[in-house]
Amino acid sequence: MKVLEVRNLKKRYDSNEIIKGISFEMEKGETVVVIGPSGTGKSTMLMCINRLIEPDEGKIFLNGEEITGSKHPEIFRQRIGMVFQEFNLFNHLTVLDNVRIGPIKVKKLPKDIATKVAIENLKKVGLESRMNAYPAQLSGGQKQRVGIARALAMEPQLILFDEPTSALDPELVGEVLEVIKKLAREGMTMLIVTHELGFARDVADRIIFMENGEIIEQGGPEILANPLKERTKQFLAKFREGR
Amino acid sequence: MDLLSILQVLLKGTLITAELAVISFAMAFVIAIPFSLGQVYGNIPIKIITTSYERIIRGVPLLVVMFIIFFGFPSIGIRFDPFTASVLSLGICSSAYQSQIFRGSLLSVPNGQIMAGQSLGMKGTQIFIHITLPQAIRFSIAPLTNEFTIVLKDTSFAYALGVTELLREGTYIISTTYEPLLIYLLCAAIYFIITFSTNSIVRRVEKRFAIHGFEFRGERA
Repeated sequence: MKVLEVRNLKKRYDSNEIIKGISFEMEKGETVVVIGPSGTGKSTMLMCINRLIEPDEGKIFLNGEEITGSKHPEIFRQRIGMVFQEFNLFNHLTVLDNVRIGPIKVKKLPKDIATKVAIENLKKVGLESRMNAYPAQLSGGQKQRVGIARALAMEPQLILFDEPTSALDPELVGEVLEVIKKLAREGMTMLIVTHELGFARDVADRIIFMENGEIIEQGGPEILANPLKERTKQFLAKFREGR
Repeated sequence: MDLLSILQVLLKGTLITAELAVISFAMAFVIAIPFSLGQVYGNIPIKIITTSYERIIRGVPLLVVMFIIFFGFPSIGIRFDPFTASVLSLGICSSAYQSQIFRGSLLSVPNGQIMAGQSLGMKGTQIFIHITLPQAIRFSIAPLTNEFTIVLKDTSFAYALGVTELLREGTYIISTTYEPLLIYLLCAAIYFIITFSTNSIVRRVEKRFAIHGFEFRGERA
């Protein structure tokens, strides 16, 4: 069964169509990376999947169950992790509380079990030693690793990453990408929007190139080296110039 | 009149002043909470009602509100004693400002954190209770203290309705001692001591509940 199925997804703001009918599927354990120019609806598409943004048209299924149209999107959101560009940690809570608040309040796990789960996931991102720190006391890279641990603690069936390294200083990008790579090796199903093409090549089972709200091209990581479509070529060429 | 009996009389007035300030501040607080929630989370009619209240009240001077309530209302059959009329006026005026304080504090919690709460599957009320409120309360402590000191000082307007608060007791003393400078300076000192000590106490409370890593106001490292 497909973990994620997106069928003909559309989103408009006023008369401006941001997403113009996107369809794709994800298998269990697959890492799919979405690349493409800024402002082409990649983040909007991601947020439509857990309905942080309400899609206008189209259907989305998580393990065969329809997310769109459900009166209780929070039931699906529990099962879909999300990692934000700006981390969005809860500033008034310690690292540990940030990670265990979901299991305690949403999954209603007893506090001691939730704590165990949280610590396990903090170990996974290498931050169990900072569990009593507050977000403002962490570096950007550490914040994002807490963000990842917070998503993992819900034991999601799919994690969405919205440009997880775009707000980081260059020297902090690596530690976050390492964690995501580790998750990929462990078989986590992940949909990642990123501008890190080198990382995309390393981690992706499949790459989706998006522009102006449409999927222009998709395929294995080899499309980064040998794109078929002219627009993908132009985009990649621009990127190489920029480097 | 010796200094001791002067101070005794002033202290009596200070108690009334403190009563006026505390009761009207508390009343304003109770009114302001639903109004601020209405302004932030309400539907359009509720937003219009709550915002109009806040705009109108903030646009009318306190003394005018006092005169309307104390001198104006009796002509439609509603009568209050001077103390109650003062409390109501102070409370109504402060409630408009307090609602703005709470509204600002609620809106200061970054939207990204609310999205993060949603992405975990938290419901709206859970996000409000566990994410928005604890941070909004912290944001509101400093401006609320400021508002309290304003209310405290504004209680002197109750003088105009004949409430025997600090300023009026002072004036009574002056009518027998003929020492306006000394007595009014004493009144000023008492107002100052109360506001100053309130500020220092709240500063401690604020430090106690500060979010670690967020530097304390005026004490950036």
